[in-house]
Amino acid sequence: MNNQRIFEKYTIDIEFDLVKIRQVVRKISKELQFDIVDQTKLVTAVSELARNVFDYVGKGEVIVEEVRDSLKIGLKITVIDNGPGIIDIDRAMMGEFSTSKGLGKGLIGTKKLMDKFSIQSEIGKGTEVVIVKWVN
Amino acid sequence: MSQRIPIIKIRENLIVTFISDIDDLTALKLQKELTQKIHEENISGVKITGVLLDLTILDMVDSFLGRLISNIAQSAATMNANTVVVGIRPAVAITLVEMGLQLKGAYTALNVEHAFEILDDLKAESEEIVE
Repeated sequence: MNNQRIFEKYTIDIEFDLVKIRQVVRKISKELQFDIVDQTKLVTAVSELARNVFDYVGKGEVIVEEVRDSLKIGLKITVIDNGPGIIDIDRAMMGEFSTSKGLGKGLIGTKKLMDKFSIQSEIGKGTEVVIVKWVN
Repeated sequence: MSQRIPIIKIRENLIVTFISDIDDLTALKLQKELTQKIHEENISGVKITGVLLDLTILDMVDSFLGRLISNIAQSAATMNANTVVVGIRPAVAITLVEMGLQLKGAYTALNVEHAFEILDDLKAESEEIVE
């Protein structure tokens, strides 16, 4: 049994980083033996979150890590930016900020695809979104 | 770094086969080029009545791509062309539905053959209306 857990960091800086991050999440979720539907959900979720950062802030970071509890293995993805922050997260999550780029829709959609979703934001400091999906 | 997706014309239809790992800029460029192409063909005398989007190779469709496909379908519709989407993978379909995303304005077909049948039927219908 390999005890070396996956822990990787990627930066969001240029447009093509989104493609790269999707590829990485696809590869890692395959390695962790997520089924094809859950692989697709993870790739889609990270794409939504990374794009939000790219579109609204420009720069950020994605941390992809393997998580375990006594019974199961999962993948945790943290997407962080140092942007202006989201003023009213509840409203953003209700889709009320759905602009043409669709921040709200993307966030709500992402939440629905994951087992765990949390978002923290501080005005002037940035936003951190954490998602977790467990292998079935 | 953006790529280019070819647009192929067959009779009165335009066919687009999406590439894997499509980046946002390539996708946006495609939308522009496709509507431009419909316009160009129309003024040169070939009335484009159908757009076929083959998504077979796409392993994910997020809200951005979903919206792009919708936008393509809706702008094609304003130019009197119907859009049919082909080849959505089961995992992509499930993900789209669970996210609550719809490919508004686009018809869906099982395969390319079926897509052409739909486009032919729709064209026949609109011709009847005109008559």
